[in-house]
Amino acid sequence: MPAPFLELLDITKTYPGVTALSGVSFAIGAGEVVGLIGENGAGKSTLMKILGGVVEPTRGTIRVDGNERPAFTVTESMQAGIAFVHQELNLFENLDVAANIFIGREPRSGGFLNLVDQAETRRRVAPLLQRLGVDFGPDTPVAELAIAERQMVEIAKALSLNARLIIMDEPTSSLTLSETDRLLSVIAELKAQGVAIVYISHRLNEVKQCADRVVCLRDGKLVGTLAKDEIEHPAMIRLMIGRDLKSVYIPPKHAPKESGLTLEGLRTTAFPDFAVDLTLRRGEILGLAGLIGSGRTSLARAIFGIDPPLAGTVALDGQPITVANPQDAIARGIYLAPEDRKRSGLILEFPIRENISLADLKEYAPSWLIRRDKELATAERQKVRLGIRTPSVETPAISLSGGNQQKVVLAKWLSMRPQVIIFDEPTRGIDVGAKAEIYQLMRELAEAGVAILMISSDMEEVIGVSDRVAVMHEGSIAGFLERSQLSEHAIMELAIGHRPAA
Amino acid sequence: MHKKDLGLLVLVLVIGAITTALNPVFLSPVNLVNMANLIGLFGIFSIGQGLVIITGGIELSVGSMFALIGVIFVDLLVNFALPWPIVVLVAIGLGLVFGAVHGFLVTRLHLQPFVVTLCGLLIYRGIARWYMADATIGFGYGDFDTLFWLASGRSFGIPHTFIAFVIVAIVMYVVLHKSVFGRHLLAVGKNEEAARFSGINTRVVIASAYMINGALAGLTALFLAFYTSSVSPSAHGSFYELYAIAAAVLGGCSLRGGEGSIPGIVLGTILLQILQNLVNLLGIPTSLNFAVMGTVILAGVLADQALQRRRAIKVAEQQRAKVVAAA
Repeated sequence: MPAPFLELLDITKTYPGVTALSGVSFAIGAGEVVGLIGENGAGKSTLMKILGGVVEPTRGTIRVDGNERPAFTVTESMQAGIAFVHQELNLFENLDVAANIFIGREPRSGGFLNLVDQAETRRRVAPLLQRLGVDFGPDTPVAELAIAERQMVEIAKALSLNARLIIMDEPTSSLTLSETDRLLSVIAELKAQGVAIVYISHRLNEVKQCADRVVCLRDGKLVGTLAKDEIEHPAMIRLMIGRDLKSVYIPPKHAPKESGLTLEGLRTTAFPDFAVDLTLRRGEILGLAGLIGSGRTSLARAIFGIDPPLAGTVALDGQPITVANPQDAIARGIYLAPEDRKRSGLILEFPIRENISLADLKEYAPSWLIRRDKELATAERQKVRLGIRTPSVETPAISLSGGNQQKVVLAKWLSMRPQVIIFDEPTRGIDVGAKAEIYQLMRELAEAGVAILMISSDMEEVIGVSDRVAVMHEGSIAGFLERSQLSEHAIMELAIGHRPAA
Repeated sequence: MHKKDLGLLVLVLVIGAITTALNPVFLSPVNLVNMANLIGLFGIFSIGQGLVIITGGIELSVGSMFALIGVIFVDLLVNFALPWPIVVLVAIGLGLVFGAVHGFLVTRLHLQPFVVTLCGLLIYRGIARWYMADATIGFGYGDFDTLFWLASGRSFGIPHTFIAFVIVAIVMYVVLHKSVFGRHLLAVGKNEEAARFSGINTRVVIASAYMINGALAGLTALFLAFYTSSVSPSAHGSFYELYAIAAAVLGGCSLRGGEGSIPGIVLGTILLQILQNLVNLLGIPTSLNFAVMGTVILAGVLADQALQRRRAIKVAEQQRAKVVAAA
């Protein structure tokens, strides 16, 4: 291994109530490609934010070329030669390639007007593009470039800043196979030129192809390093999971019914080329696992009518139904507890009472006017039933904790006539106690004959709560797992599109 | 009544008291009736504007609607000699249609409300001027005593414009603060996405606000034509939309949407008219009229923001205390 120019020693980052990183040490040398792997929420992005100087570590030391940097800011990170190629590209579509690369530090012509020196900009950009072997010129508008080409612009920008380390976060998530190969060969060329790369990806094949070394984060800790010759799928998966899950599973009292929600050939706007077939039975909790961006939320939005499906059929208890908008879904008793409850689930400034009655106001207004006493009665009943901890149901939702906010979202649906409830990341950002209450509630609903679809990125939750699990990979269902087959390993294999050689 | 509205009521009373102290004419019956008439005239369409602002939108074309609906109204009445109830329905119906078109462009074609209604402002004014070839149209010597009495007469000494305003305000109070539609309107203005996720047809709700505003503008156009007794298409109702926006903002509507109340808008309208009256009564040059209005609105918004910041700091401190206590 070449002598490292960048070292992180014993980095810890804590947020109130959460330890995002704990005692992580990491070093990288010139021309080294390091694959960084780990599950959703393992601490990868926190680590990258610390490298970028965006987030300050709670504890730990950062050394650049052997010198300690006590305050590692964004500017310091740039001066140290660290550059990012993000998942979402940060380019100005209305400008050309050269202007994007030199944005904010345009060469000037000097003199009285001190205009941008276009010729100089182009002259300096051309060799960068040549180095990457791309077939577009400096004055191509970025709007005309494909995603893969825009990525090359980002890399050229990094090179123009004399980057010594380029961090690529899921760079191939929207690339085709041939574009991916092209990127991997550019990485090899950069490596040969002495540029170090941190390659973050869930696609273990690519990691295996390009990395000299793999490091794995799990629950905020660096759990292992694989040398070049040890990089194999089983070894990487073992590192990513490898923990005992505390079982919170509550087994159902009755077998699920045959009736429920059936999706056939459903195509969502996010993945128009892939169809989803899925049966969700009344009385069961079906876990929907998969990596971020695998199409789980798009599926939920399609079923609930936010982004109506492009094709395919939806049937409830054998009856085909049309869901063109959320009103249709709600009329059928299909409800969604959305992922981002602050933005989509609640009107934060409204009191709890008004949030609970919002989706069903006609019930409270027999004669056109809202009967506040009825609203109050429902709100009080739901407050007791769900154990919403608040001094009053007139308290605005904004002042509640995450767990109690989620309970208000659920109270809205439970006060109606649920048939199917989709929970999208139901316990994200919720404390342990409230989590257990929400799991208990899901089980009670299932026992009462409601069909439950639970989208979750939390493995412990998927395995601990589901009666059955469907795993999504790039817009379609990669496979189903029965309770007896459930393991983190099995889910991971399906989620990364690695079909078990059965 | 909200705390905000109470504060505004106090402000109205204080300014009224000061004006009276400086010039007792302020409380004379003639002055009060005159003011009531203007409050009624401006209040009706300010309420409509308030509803649109609550959705997070804005309606700039109201003044031009007055001109266009005004010339058509007078023309139908005087030159076509149509029965007045039909003409009244046509005027209000025109306002409703304009509002529906704006609502369609905003909710279906996703155009910005500012742009849509700015174009409305230009188009309606232009058509009104072309329709009349820039000539002023008056009521002449036609026989429409009933309508004249309805629009600009008085009952029990109270101008009918004011009575109409009170009725509109009461109805809209019930609609906004007691009905399902009103709750949906506030929800859509506050958080359109969450409203959609709760099964609210956000497009219909937003478009309805523009339609109510249009209908109220149509109604105002009638009163206004009789108030000015003739309509000159190039100047009639010019800038009136700004009075409405000012009244709504003074009354606690936020241009970000989701906030506002009918009592607030009513008080905002009253305050604006008192300010106008004060300029006249205290011998301040009339040319300073707009400047006084602008200054008071600015001061009001600044004071409101300062109060809100203080409240936010208090809430943040409470939450920090909770976190510390939990840790």
